[in-house]
Amino acid sequence: MQNSLIIKDLCIEIEKKKIVENFSLQINENETHILMGKNGSGKSTLINAIMGKPELKIKSGSIKLNSTDISKLDTSKRANLGIFTSFQNPVEVPGLSMRNFLRIALNSKLLAENKNAKTYSPLEFVEHIYKLAKEMNLDSDLILRELNTNMSGGEKKRSEILQMAVLNPKFALLDEIDSGLDIDALKKIANTIKKIQKKNKTGLLIITHFPRILKYINPNFVHIYKDGKIIQSGDKKLALKIEKEGYNE
Amino acid sequence: MNKNIIKKGLTEKIIKEISSFKEEPSWMLEFRLKSFEIFKSKPMPSFGPSLKDLDFDSINYYIRPQDKTHTKWEDVPKNIKETFDHLGVPESERGFLAGTGAQFESEMVYHSLKEHLIDQGIIFESIENGLKNHEELFKKYFGKIVPASDNKFSALNSAVWSGGSFIYIPKGIKLDMPLQAYFRMNSENLGQFERTLIITDEDSFLHYIEGCTAPVYTTDSLHSAVVEIIAHENSRMEYTTLQNWSKNVYNLVTKRAFVKKNAEMYWLDVNLGSKITMKYPAIYLMGEKAKGEIQSLAFAEKGQNIDAGAKIFHIAKKTSSLVLSKSISKNGGISTYRGITKISEDANFSKSKTTCDALILDNTSISNTYPTNDIRTNSANFEHEAKVSRINDEKLHYLKSRGINEKEANTMMINGFADPITKKLPMEYAVELNRLIELYLK
Repeated sequence: MQNSLIIKDLCIEIEKKKIVENFSLQINENETHILMGKNGSGKSTLINAIMGKPELKIKSGSIKLNSTDISKLDTSKRANLGIFTSFQNPVEVPGLSMRNFLRIALNSKLLAENKNAKTYSPLEFVEHIYKLAKEMNLDSDLILRELNTNMSGGEKKRSEILQMAVLNPKFALLDEIDSGLDIDALKKIANTIKKIQKKNKTGLLIITHFPRILKYINPNFVHIYKDGKIIQSGDKKLALKIEKEGYNE
Repeated sequence: MNKNIIKKGLTEKIIKEISSFKEEPSWMLEFRLKSFEIFKSKPMPSFGPSLKDLDFDSINYYIRPQDKTHTKWEDVPKNIKETFDHLGVPESERGFLAGTGAQFESEMVYHSLKEHLIDQGIIFESIENGLKNHEELFKKYFGKIVPASDNKFSALNSAVWSGGSFIYIPKGIKLDMPLQAYFRMNSENLGQFERTLIITDEDSFLHYIEGCTAPVYTTDSLHSAVVEIIAHENSRMEYTTLQNWSKNVYNLVTKRAFVKKNAEMYWLDVNLGSKITMKYPAIYLMGEKAKGEIQSLAFAEKGQNIDAGAKIFHIAKKTSSLVLSKSISKNGGISTYRGITKISEDANFSKSKTTCDALILDNTSISNTYPTNDIRTNSANFEHEAKVSRINDEKLHYLKSRGINEKEANTMMINGFADPITKKLPMEYAVELNRLIELYLK
């Protein structure tokens, strides 16, 4: 069976203000979708709501993973079903080692999938992550740090992708994973994202302002997001048109 | 056993009995009696938590070991037993920690340790034996670092002290393993009025650990200890305290170190238990380039008022000090940092930095910061930072978005907050402390 993340007629309000309105999108496994839209158009809110951030109330509509409605599940449960989101500004948690954090996250997922699953001991996990970093063409230096603490913008993006690589998501919603990166770093991250996708058949939704990531990632679909919903869908050419003409028409 | 010999309240007669029971020299009896006079004349502290419910007349000031009545295991509170389970405290230690009188099986360990120490000329004895066997050295420093007249509770301790450690590290000896009061655990050791005196001679090193992370149950409501330390030139002394008294205890402690030229003093103070704690470890930087560091971590839950801090006195030039105070308050707990930093006129080119970091877990809990800074030379460099934070929804969402449930996410954040302190603890204590934090969040 093919995995699908199906969002239907989603409406989200913050303090009675409609942020997302009748948003619908189906992402199938292995597909890559690009969502483009102006700053402040509510794209991050959409992603946070899909991940179940408590203050974002879903007014109507549904979020389904295959046939299961996940829109009322706790955030950690959604994550353990295989949904991953990257954050524009990942929070810093001083004193929490990346190693320990990632190990507990992965073990939580393994146990959610099978309560008798074999979990990683601290030592096994370190071995695992070095192997994984090599396989995914990631620098493993970050695992010696405290979670996102005192990391540069570029390091935080790498930290997000490292987390994604560890958690093997079925669906990954990546919020401006390309912003603030130089070309070399962007190339490298795009390359890793593709490797993770290939390994897990991950369905991707990449939010971006800039079509430059399209040089390295070939999308199946490009969507233009405005006033809380998708107003136009197309392929790569649509993104190139936006780059030339902007969102205003 | 004759119950009549246990009298409540404090009189000269009781002090004479204590001194005679311990077969002390007459100067010590005089010291005790003089201290008693000071105790009676001193007012209660004018700051900090209210001590109005502390009734000096209902306290047993001294019970001879053979007269000690033991708590029945059935009477030990359920939460303390549960904590023992959660921490995996060995059966052999539970009875001891709960005050039910079981002997702590450490004699063998201590015996072989002692030979290792004696070979190096190290003295590690009970305070009573320190006085008996090393009177000259004892007398030179006892009561000189914390005088009886320092405050009401140092006077009380000076009058009725019993139990505690006496340690001397000879010149040039760097002891590679921490000395722990735990090795010498016996009923005298976790006394109400412990007295500890530690001398590190020139170029020596010592790490001393007192207390333990497991809760200590006692029906005595007052614990008032005095710790005196002198770190001679070029020596380094590290003193770690893990305090987890049951929540009926007033823990009022005076701790002070004199630090000579080029010497270093490091206090690490973790306060988990007690009803009220008032404790402000002090460092006097008396010689050029002396260094002092005080790091503390406090947990205050419902019914707890932890008033702790640090006192640093820069007396000589080019001295430096660092203070890091962390506190976590939950469920109505009150946690306060109260500190003094003084840089005197003569302490030119000295440096001092204080950082207070409080984490408040709910709206009913309280955190206070009362720093007093008295900087009397322009050439000194002084910094103070204070920060109060709460568990933050953004962080919680982030951790949960990685599949970690809410309870575990909270534990991870709090462990992260405490990490700069816990990572300074010996491994086994750090592990226990992390488990206690888990339990604390239940």
